[in-house]
Amino acid sequence: MSMKLSTRQVDGVTIVDASGRITLGEGSVMMRDTVRDLLAKGNKKIILNLGDVNYIDSSGIGELVSAFTTTKNQGGELKLLNLTKKVHDLLQITKLYTVFDVKEDETAAVKAFK
Amino acid sequence: MEQTVSYTLDSTLETVDTAEEKATRIATELGFGDDEVMQISMAVREGAVNAVLHGNAYAPDKKVILAFERTPQDLVITIRDQGKGIDLGGIPNPLAPENLLKTSGRGIFLMRSFMDVVEIRPSQTGTEIKLIKHVHGRSAGVKEGSQ
Repeated sequence: MSMKLSTRQVDGVTIVDASGRITLGEGSVMMRDTVRDLLAKGNKKIILNLGDVNYIDSSGIGELVSAFTTTKNQGGELKLLNLTKKVHDLLQITKLYTVFDVKEDETAAVKAFK
Repeated sequence: MEQTVSYTLDSTLETVDTAEEKATRIATELGFGDDEVMQISMAVREGAVNAVLHGNAYAPDKKVILAFERTPQDLVITIRDQGKGIDLGGIPNPLAPENLLKTSGRGIFLMRSFMDVVEIRPSQTGTEIKLIKHVHGRSAGVKEGSQ
């Protein structure tokens, strides 16, 4: 299953709903382009909802890191929402779980933005 | 699965997906559990990415050789490219604080995390990565009661 992304706005926060696979190639490029477009348009409060992401490889992990640092470098903030067990475990073993701001509840995630 | 199967694949992104799919199918057929199948397929995917991108650098005249061997104790997977050979000394530890926010460099780490044994043999005519997953208990191969 390839990757699908859609965006919506909730209380000034952009939520990116992702589904499928974030892997080398199309999935990673889509993620990168979407986050860059959002930032270019001034949307700097971003939540990546990964609840339907069932697979991610090292390129996908790299893309999440890139999205996080790119947003931060532009004065924004990016949070991860609804990690599946596979993604959660991958972020744990790569020691990235504590680097990202990970949320389990969308309402709380939206409210958590400064 | 026969004792050994081998595939010669092009240096393309499709090969990465193909390698992963074959690993998933073979590991499933051998009776590995869901988590182990995921680990094996992801390790093979990362090995294939290394071979296609870093080894062969997408060169159309260079191939990736992917082989699966079933031994009584192990599933042994070999991924060979025809590149210049990976510089193992040049691979930073992705868990080091200064590398945590790097966007690449986690492939070999993930292979080592998911497989029981990972051997990497670089040479001037290519790199060979051997990935070994031990067979535990009843998993992998003949199930009790089968013929």
